[in-house]
Amino acid sequence: MRVTVRLFARLRELAGAESLTVEVPTPATAATVWRALCVTAPALAPFERAVSCAINTNFSRMSQPVADGDDVAFLPPVSGG
Amino acid sequence: MLAVTRAPLSVDALTAEVEASVRTRGEGCGALASFLGVVRATHQGRAVRYLEYEAFDALALKVFAQIQVEAADRWPGAALGIAHRVGRLAIGEASVAIVAATAHRAEAFQVCRYAIERIKQIAPVWKHEFFEDGEAWVEGAIVNPDDHAARARALEIACA
Repeated sequence: MRVTVRLFARLRELAGAESLTVEVPTPATAATVWRALCVTAPALAPFERAVSCAINTNFSRMSQPVADGDDVAFLPPVSGG
Repeated sequence: MLAVTRAPLSVDALTAEVEASVRTRGEGCGALASFLGVVRATHQGRAVRYLEYEAFDALALKVFAQIQVEAADRWPGAALGIAHRVGRLAIGEASVAIVAATAHRAEAFQVCRYAIERIKQIAPVWKHEFFEDGEAWVEGAIVNPDDHAARARALEIACA
């Protein structure tokens, strides 16, 4: 299946894209998508322990399943305010 | 009362909106507290030229709404407005505006403080600093919306 990955801030810069399509085998979780993404963009790998994710604009755990067509956002540590 | 915007923030407009929302609710509004986060000229001794803020707009608005719910849960009757700026900001410009309205003064300060602490913990917003001699993304909290300890810590700070 295919999911749309959205990246922000340093992750976006490291991957050189704010949005990309990632192909993963079914079934998959957000963690599966992250690992597939790190194959395409190895520079992201060091963020493994610091990344948060949101599936379809809802904060989600990395263990949450994803479905075909989902929008999966990976978020580096935040610094708003 | 919630916004992510590229336009300069107006604390007056946000204050008017928040006050109007509670004028006729319960005891009414007797106190308005506001907080502005502004771009500082230095960061850890380095001279800042300007900042760029980036947000996941749709999720940030959801997070702000969640913070409103949390505040109303702890301070019944309180109203809260949050506006976060994105894009390029000059030194002295406001990056975030928060307005809290409550019946009495003590709670207004608490709600304001609670909101900024929660924004720092869970809002999907990122700060990119541009210095005289380089640039850096600021990376603070790792967002974990299930982290009840973080929420408790924000409450503790707000009520200290």
